[in-house]
Amino acid sequence: MGRYVIRRLLQMIPVFIGSTFLIFFMVYALGDPVAALFGDKAPDPAVAARIRAELYLDQPLWKQYLHYMGQILTGDFGTAFTGQPVLELMGDAFPVTLRLTIVAVAFEVVVGIVLGVVSGLRRGRAADTSVLMVTLIVVSIPTFVSGYLLQYLFGVKWAVVSPSVPPEATFAELLLPGAVLGLVSLAYVTRLTRTSLAENARADYIRTAVAKGLPRHRIVVRHLLRNSLIPVITFIGADIGALMGGAIVTERIFNIHGVGYQLYQGILRQNSPTVVGFVTVLVLVFLLANLIVDLLYAVLDPRIRHV
Amino acid sequence: MRGGVRSRAGAALCVVGLVATAAAGCGGGVDQRAVGVVRASWGDPQNALEPANTNEVQGGKVLDLIFRGLKRYDPRTGAAENMLAEKIESDDAQNFTVHLKDGWAFSNGEKVTAQSFVDAWNYAALVDNRQKNAAFFAYVDGYEKVHPVRGEATAKTLSGLAVKDPRTFTVKLRTKFSTWPDTLGYPAFAPLPRAFFEDHERWLRKPVGNGPYAIDAYTRGSVMRLSRWDGYPGPDKAENTGVELRVYTDNNTAYTDLQAGNIDLVDDIPSTQLRNVRKDLGNRYINQPAGIIQTLVFPLYDERWSKPGMEKVRRGLSMAIDREQITRRIYRGTRTPAGDWTSPVLGEKGGYQAGLCGEVCTYDPGRAKQLIREGGGLPGGRVTLTSNVDTGSHRVWMDAVCNSVNNALGDDHACTVNPVGTFADFRNKITQQRVTGLFRSGWQMDYPLIQNFLQPTYYTDASSNYGKFSDARFDRLVDEANAESDTGKAVAKFRDAERVLTALMPAIPLWYQNGNAGYTGDLSDVTLNQFSVPVYERIKVK
Repeated sequence: MGRYVIRRLLQMIPVFIGSTFLIFFMVYALGDPVAALFGDKAPDPAVAARIRAELYLDQPLWKQYLHYMGQILTGDFGTAFTGQPVLELMGDAFPVTLRLTIVAVAFEVVVGIVLGVVSGLRRGRAADTSVLMVTLIVVSIPTFVSGYLLQYLFGVKWAVVSPSVPPEATFAELLLPGAVLGLVSLAYVTRLTRTSLAENARADYIRTAVAKGLPRHRIVVRHLLRNSLIPVITFIGADIGALMGGAIVTERIFNIHGVGYQLYQGILRQNSPTVVGFVTVLVLVFLLANLIVDLLYAVLDPRIRHV
Repeated sequence: MRGGVRSRAGAALCVVGLVATAAAGCGGGVDQRAVGVVRASWGDPQNALEPANTNEVQGGKVLDLIFRGLKRYDPRTGAAENMLAEKIESDDAQNFTVHLKDGWAFSNGEKVTAQSFVDAWNYAALVDNRQKNAAFFAYVDGYEKVHPVRGEATAKTLSGLAVKDPRTFTVKLRTKFSTWPDTLGYPAFAPLPRAFFEDHERWLRKPVGNGPYAIDAYTRGSVMRLSRWDGYPGPDKAENTGVELRVYTDNNTAYTDLQAGNIDLVDDIPSTQLRNVRKDLGNRYINQPAGIIQTLVFPLYDERWSKPGMEKVRRGLSMAIDREQITRRIYRGTRTPAGDWTSPVLGEKGGYQAGLCGEVCTYDPGRAKQLIREGGGLPGGRVTLTSNVDTGSHRVWMDAVCNSVNNALGDDHACTVNPVGTFADFRNKITQQRVTGLFRSGWQMDYPLIQNFLQPTYYTDASSNYGKFSDARFDRLVDEANAESDTGKAVAKFRDAERVLTALMPAIPLWYQNGNAGYTGDLSDVTLNQFSVPVYERIKVK
């Protein structure tokens, strides 16, 4: 087990280097961002040259990359064009997005698994059919449509919540955006749980458990659900990274100043230090989430324990 | 008060909602606000908020709240009026003496003196400080020493500036520039307190100025809270107790928040809402011209566009664009078809003349086709339009303009669009002269002077003359206008220069951009100035 973890951690190094280089290359290949800092006016050549030198933009790309990686290893993510250290931006943005992601994941886990169990145990009946119908609809609606719609209904029409989230962004304030963010994944979780449950319900060990005369709730929770959740956990694990990065749309709609907001601003202004820095952290989150998922397998099913 | 009723009903619904679905968040406190504070939408400023380093509207808004300069542009007429300046004298339109009024101070108690101005201007001009608006000080004598095009500065201060006594300083310009005092309302010319130089980092986190408001709290990228500064000595004291600027990434959300009564004022109505805005807001919707003009510039650095005879083609293309229809259909009246190269906000006295461009800026497909044929046709038989498409509905109008040109010429392939993904990329292409067809150029005035619309953009080798237009007669008229000490005569000369543009058409005027704003019933006396920025200090809160 310990060796497995170490091997996985070592594997993360080339993935990390490769992905950061790709991001770096793509963002910087877009060209010189300094011209845009001057708006519709011509850049002052002397000032532009100074800014370029300060941001290390006057060097060849490979040198810029080495310089950047060197900085990152010492914990310095550079400075955004606004003069703020990127680390400071991250300190503001990541907690907000983390809270949003927690709300979204909690939402999709609780509601998704409950719905999946309900429909999985009642295959072919009315409850099952209607859950499938609803998930089909949810999957086919893009986030920005459901986002604007729910924002309008809850925020303006019924005035239950504020349509935008204040800068503090507490858990309570993030309930609606979190639900919107988790909505599509929720449908997948429901369908995965249902299918997996339906498959395992016919397995021998379940028949044995029934024959032993175990109470029904124990059969469902201890035997059926535990085995059926493996694909669901895989999905949720991969989804955590996707949700954090994919929060751009949701954060924009509800005016949440998190990772999505910073990435959006960074791309719009071609603010390379911000974009590369944030994506680098997202890559790390993604890698870690995947590692944790793999480790959880072993907990759920001792047979897949890696040696 | 509508907000109060809503919040009570909201709280009641909130409990029900939580029990029923657990999906309704009940954020407390969002509807409560301090008495008399204007809650307004804001965009994240691009730079740290230094007066000489801010060249976009969002940062400019704050500077306008916390700074007052020598002059200020009347928000209604646009006329440059003395603010801190008692008088600015000159005998030769080149050497100026500035006298300051007594009794002005920064909100931290420090007095505003001649030194506050001279220090601020020297800081702005010095190349080491990397101020984006440094070029505004290029008229002052000694600029090339503190701001060389390359290499190190050979002087730390502008030789053209000298402090005479605490309330007087002199300015020597490099050339004659009679309307120079009228440029001094631009925020880059604001005075700076000692705190700015002594602890720069700290000042940037919470800027201190001499305007009607002082900053209470600033969370970068999120919100800025300002309150009325009661010691403000100026005539334009704030009518409200403060302003809260909230950063919105999406103007749709700001508009939704306005509808929900969550904020009071938005100054950027999303284009998708223009259809409903009159129904939603009635007379609380403002749509008025601002000092912004959009043009299509010809790349005259490309010989195919600049060879003799091509002016006919350029004029013909201008006549092939149906500005009237495009501004009505696409922009729903938030743009006004342009009839010259300036802006209506200047007024007749300031140099704007309706229809100066004449028939050349009027849609006439028949004549357009004829002119283009006489001029030898489009280079290569076709033309492309280039613009960034990440903001401003640019893609939509580009398609419309191309359609209009294609219809006029009876050729479906005469005009195509070349959309560029980001503004940064677009600006790069322009400054590196990599565009071979027509490209968009938006010009937002720095100060309401006809000079600001013509000289930086069309004078030979001027800083923002991206098409590399060059005409001796135009340059001579601009020089003469600048040397003219009588404002009326200077404006007339500038108009003559503008007529040269009508004949040579280096850029096609498309439309003047309007300022848009909407507000809730809790506010009154909301107006926009010529820069399409709300005049916050005049807003009254019920």
